[in-house]
Amino acid sequence: MRAARSDTVADRPAVELVGLTKRYGSRTAVDQLDLQVRSGEVLGLLGPNGAGKTTTMQLLLGLARPTSGQVRVLGRRPGPGYLDQVGALLEGPGFYPALSGRANLRALATRAGVPRARVEEVLARVDLTGRAQDRYGRYSLGMKQRLGVAAALLKDPALVVLDEPTNGLDPQGMADMRATVRALAGAGCTVLLSSHLLGEVQQVCDRVAVMAHGRLRTVTTVAELRAQAGVRLRVRASPQAHADRVVADVAGPGPVAAEHAPRVTAALVRAGLEVHEVARVEPSLEEAFLALTGEGTGFPRNENEQEEVGDDAAVVAAH
Amino acid sequence: MTLLSWLRTDLRAELAVQARRPVHGLLVGVAVTLTLVFGYVVPYAGYAAGTTGPPGSDRGLAAMLPAAFLGSATAGTPVFAGALALVLGALVVGSEEGWQTWKTLLLQGTGRVRVYAAKVAVAALGAGALTAASLLAAAAASATVAAAEDAAATWPAAADVVTGLASAWLITGTWAVVGVVLAVLLRSVALPVGLGLVWVLAVQNLLTALAAPLLTEVAEAQRWLPGPNAGSLVHWLGAPASTPGVQDLVGPGHAVAVLGCYLVTLALLGGWVFWRRDVR
Repeated sequence: MRAARSDTVADRPAVELVGLTKRYGSRTAVDQLDLQVRSGEVLGLLGPNGAGKTTTMQLLLGLARPTSGQVRVLGRRPGPGYLDQVGALLEGPGFYPALSGRANLRALATRAGVPRARVEEVLARVDLTGRAQDRYGRYSLGMKQRLGVAAALLKDPALVVLDEPTNGLDPQGMADMRATVRALAGAGCTVLLSSHLLGEVQQVCDRVAVMAHGRLRTVTTVAELRAQAGVRLRVRASPQAHADRVVADVAGPGPVAAEHAPRVTAALVRAGLEVHEVARVEPSLEEAFLALTGEGTGFPRNENEQEEVGDDAAVVAAH
Repeated sequence: MTLLSWLRTDLRAELAVQARRPVHGLLVGVAVTLTLVFGYVVPYAGYAAGTTGPPGSDRGLAAMLPAAFLGSATAGTPVFAGALALVLGALVVGSEEGWQTWKTLLLQGTGRVRVYAAKVAVAALGAGALTAASLLAAAAASATVAAAEDAAATWPAAADVVTGLASAWLITGTWAVVGVVLAVLLRSVALPVGLGLVWVLAVQNLLTALAAPLLTEVAEAQRWLPGPNAGSLVHWLGAPASTPGVQDLVGPGHAVAVLGCYLVTLALLGGWVFWRRDVR
C-alpha cells in the first residue's frame, strides 16, 4: 500500500479540467466544464444518465479527445507518462475471458512495468486470491467488478478514477468497495468516482460535483448540497385537513421556514387538534440532487404525504 | 519510447495474451492441413492412382519431392494462407472491441502507439508462425514422398529456403495487416473477416479470371493489387501456375516492392486511425 502522501503533489490539484468540451456531431456531451479535484480528496461525480460523467472521465483519462479545453492530471498534460500514477475502472471491467483473473492482471502488470508480486497484493486487496486461477469468463459480475478494481490499483496509483464501482456488487461487496475507497483516501490517494447510488456517495465522498446535460451545476460538500435543497417541516396532526389550514394561516401558503415550528405547534394546540409530530426534516442527498439537476420536482409524494418545496423551507403534513 | 522497453512490456504482454488463445493454434493447424492435403495428399493419391490430372496441372511426382517443396509449400499462400492470416490479424485487434479491453490496455498508460505497434507485431509474428509451420510440414511431407518413392532427396539451398520463407511471410504478413486495419476501421471481428474473405477468395479471383481479360484497365490494375503480386511471387518460388491465385504477372522485385508498400502503408493507416480516434 502506498504511504500517505505529504509531498509537493498535495499542494496542487490532482485533476484540473478547464473549459472542457466534447461534442459528438451536434450533441454536446460535456460543455465548458471547469473542475478541480483536490489532491487527497474523494470527489463524487453525480448526475443522471447522459449527464456527461463517463465522457468527462474518458476525457481526463485520454480515452477520448476533447473538442476544446484542457486537461491536467497530477500536473501532467496528456502525453507520455500521463497515466503513470493513475488507475481507473471505466464503464465496467474489460478482460480476456479465456484467461484467469491472475493471468489477466499479470499481462497488465507486464505492460505497465509493474512487478508480479504486486498482482498478488491487489488480488488479496479485493479478496480474489482464492479465485485468481479461475477463468475470467466464469466470474460473477461482482467478481469481475472486483478484478477491475484490482487492475485500477495495480500501479499503486496516486489518483484512482472509478466509474460506477459498485455496479453488480451485492450489499457486502458494496460495503467492501466503500471500505476500499476510504482506505485509498486514508493512504493519501485521490479518488474520483461516479455513482448513481447517492447514499454511497454520501458515505465516502468529501465533496460532490453535480452534472446535468453536460454542464457542471455545483461542486460542494454533501452537507452543503443537502442544505441547498432546503429544510422540511413535517407536521402530523388529526384531522389533517384542518391542520393544513392552520399551518397555512400561521405560515402562509407555500414554503414554511423551520423557525416557524413553535408558532405552528402553538396554533395547532390552540385549534384543539391532536398533534402527533412537528419535526424539522433535513432533505436527503437524493432529494437535493433531484432539485438541483431538475430531474425531479422535489420531495416524494404518496397518499399519506403532502409537501411543498421552496428555496429554503418546506412543509410536509401527514396523517 | 525505447525499443527495449517496448519489447519488455507491450510486446511481451501482447504475446503472453495471444499465445494463450486456442484460435491461433487452430488457424496454424488449418494452414498446415490445407498445405499437406492440397500440396501432397491429393496429388500423391492422384499420382499413385495413375491419374494425370488436367492439362498443365504440373502436379506430378517432381512437384512433391524435396527439391520443389518451396513451391508446393507456398502455392496456397496467395489465397488460403493469406485468408487465414487476414482472419488472424482481425482477431488480434478486433477481439479487443468485443471484450471491451481496449480501455483496460490503454489505461496502463504506455500509449496508443506502443499498444498498436505490439498488436501489429504480434499479428505479423502469427503470420510468420503460420508460414513457417506450413513450410516445415511441406518439408516433412516431401521427405516422406521421396522416401516412399525411393527418389533422391535433393533440398534447395539454405539461402533459397530463407528467401522462400521470407517471401511467403511477406505475403501472409501483408494479409494479416489487412485484417488488423479492417478490424481497426470497422471495430469488430465478424465484418472485417467477412469482407476480407470475400475479397481474398472471391473478388480477387474474379478480377483475375473474368475482368482482367476483358478490360485493359483492370489488367493494368492487377499489377498493383496485393493478390496478383503475391501470386507472382510464389510462382517465382516455384509454385505451380495451375494453383488458384498463382500467376506469372510481375517479377519478384516488383511483387516484393508492392507487397511491402501495402504492408507499411496499411499498418501506418491503421495506427493513425487508432491514434486519433476515441476509445469506446
